[in-house]
Amino acid sequence: MDIHEYQAKELLSGFGVPVPAGAVAYTPDQAVFCATELGGWHWAVKAQVHSGARGKAGGIKLCKTYHEVHEAAAGLFGRRLVTTQTGPEGKIVERVYVEVAEPFERELYLSIVLDRKAERVRVIASASGGMDIEEVAAKSPEKIIQIIVEPAVGLQQFEARELAFGLGLTIKQVSRAATAIMGAYRAFRDLDATMVEINPLVVTKEDRVIALDAKVSFDDNGLFRHPNVSEMRDHAQEDAREAEASKFGLNYVGLEGDIGCIINGAGLAMATMDTIKYAGGEPANFLDVGGGASPERVAAAFRLVLSDANISAILVNIFAGINRCDWVAEGVVQAAKGLKVPLVVRLAGTNVEAGRKIIEQSGLPIIGADTLLEAAQKAVSASKKYRASKAA
Amino acid sequence: MSVLIDEKTPVIIQGYTGDKATFHAKEMIAYGTHLVGGVTPGKGGQQHLERPVFNTVKDAVRATGATASLVFVPPPFCADSVMEAADAGLRLVCVITDGIPAQDMMRVKRYLMRYPRERRTMVVGPNCAGIISAGKAMLGIMPGSIYRRGSVGIVSRSGTLGYEAAAQLAALGLGVTTSVGIGGDPINGSSFLDHLMLFEQDTETQVVIMIGEIGGPQEAEAAKWVKENMKKPVVGYVAGLTAPKGRRMGHAGAIISTTGDSSAEKTEIMKSYGLRVAPSASELGDAVAQELRSRGLN
Repeated sequence: MDIHEYQAKELLSGFGVPVPAGAVAYTPDQAVFCATELGGWHWAVKAQVHSGARGKAGGIKLCKTYHEVHEAAAGLFGRRLVTTQTGPEGKIVERVYVEVAEPFERELYLSIVLDRKAERVRVIASASGGMDIEEVAAKSPEKIIQIIVEPAVGLQQFEARELAFGLGLTIKQVSRAATAIMGAYRAFRDLDATMVEINPLVVTKEDRVIALDAKVSFDDNGLFRHPNVSEMRDHAQEDAREAEASKFGLNYVGLEGDIGCIINGAGLAMATMDTIKYAGGEPANFLDVGGGASPERVAAAFRLVLSDANISAILVNIFAGINRCDWVAEGVVQAAKGLKVPLVVRLAGTNVEAGRKIIEQSGLPIIGADTLLEAAQKAVSASKKYRASKAA
Repeated sequence: MSVLIDEKTPVIIQGYTGDKATFHAKEMIAYGTHLVGGVTPGKGGQQHLERPVFNTVKDAVRATGATASLVFVPPPFCADSVMEAADAGLRLVCVITDGIPAQDMMRVKRYLMRYPRERRTMVVGPNCAGIISAGKAMLGIMPGSIYRRGSVGIVSRSGTLGYEAAAQLAALGLGVTTSVGIGGDPINGSSFLDHLMLFEQDTETQVVIMIGEIGGPQEAEAAKWVKENMKKPVVGYVAGLTAPKGRRMGHAGAIISTTGDSSAEKTEIMKSYGLRVAPSASELGDAVAQELRSRGLN
């Protein structure tokens, strides 16, 4: 799960990471009020969307007057901000964060991530802040300093100090940077994050070290321990169909193609999509109905897939282990009544004979298939026929 | 032979008395698994499915001599159960539970390092379908009937894709020694590499199929090891060719986030290390059959 910058800063601040004074606004007037309350001479008005690289996309405006704050906010609200990370559809701006802008001398990079290779937490710092870290890593890897944290004891003060000295900070700055690094690490650990990124972490003329931007992502599996974090979920930043899917315990990801997929198991779902492509078609979605696919869940899966107007065929592929084919078949038959697009069903595994019988006896025009390849080929040709008949 | 389990392995189930565990315990017993009891804290002393229930894993080990466990414990308490099993000296712990926080798994893996290699527990999963040694024993939730006995080792991240491979092999008259599901989470108890090492030592296994998916470095590491150390042939496949970057595809670990994570990249890496790679998920069985023929093994 992702959260907004202002929420990330609020959380990090609670762990002792210094952040600029700021406030969130939902209208341009509120933005101006925030600026007056915060005081200061310059303000940054920042679009709150779940994405980095907002500056380059015009989502961050530096303002010198209240009038400019109003203009900036008015220009951002309701806009779909398209960044290098959002995809072409962009993300809608419904909140802006007004922050006191302070001059700074240096921009550093700090992130804490779950490293799958090391299976440990990795702390990454670089003196080249404000830039894309992958670019820095590619062009000048020597500028990146890293520490892998021993999970039994966690990040130690000396390690944070080593990072800070490695960034070329003065002794006064080092102790402040170490505080920020330790705070960010504790937030990562205590909140079940998968990533904390502070880019840039700036150093001011007065030797203060401040998180100017912050991005935190959470492990969905850890959210049950953090109701305060779960509450920060902003559904407007998420895909509507994916949110709907999660209500039914389904996993859905929309794609560009036209063959709808309903499959049990994430691996088999990906493999089925690949096989559709291999057979000359394009999958419209990833959808894992999971174990224990009840008729309600199967019905919800059909509704989700059909909510994509592009669909020209549906492929159901169930290899039952926990699931039983007869239960799934009953759900499919119920959901398939009145279906306009062709439906291909492939069942295998537990109670497969009973499942196939239910499909056959339903009297519905369901196309059966025995193997994965056969199912994909039949779905592709049914989809082409359906498109041709529509065009005629 | 087989790897990890056979019909003699004494097995307990942690989270024994729950509905899901009960359903699968019955299936496992029917398959021939030597299930000797289970653990549910607070229900020690009771009988369940004509087998004793214990409060702690240590109690169960003392009374039954169990060496392996299957874990159905819910996510908030699951990491704790795995550490309990390791502390009680079990050789093998297979975790079905889906939804364990990644940092919990990190701590579990660190905890396992407390013990010297010779008595360190092998953890399989979490979020996996389990292990089956065809015709001998089943420690998991797979449909046992699809596995024919034979000479192919299967190691797969995905449960259902592992079933798919077994079914395709059976359709070609080929069978399986052992099939291991390592699970779809970002941090697994054991890796492709851990299981390839076991299959390399197994006298009956002639060829191994490694079924990966997008995300993480494991497939590439395993392929490198195959090239450098393994005598037996390994056939590969990586699901997720059509998966877009940055989108999590069901499994917590199935996301393309860095270089080398995509299906195309992993497939190329496997090929560069000399593995035969199935061109599609519908040709897993064919690719294994071709590999066996090319080696004159079938």
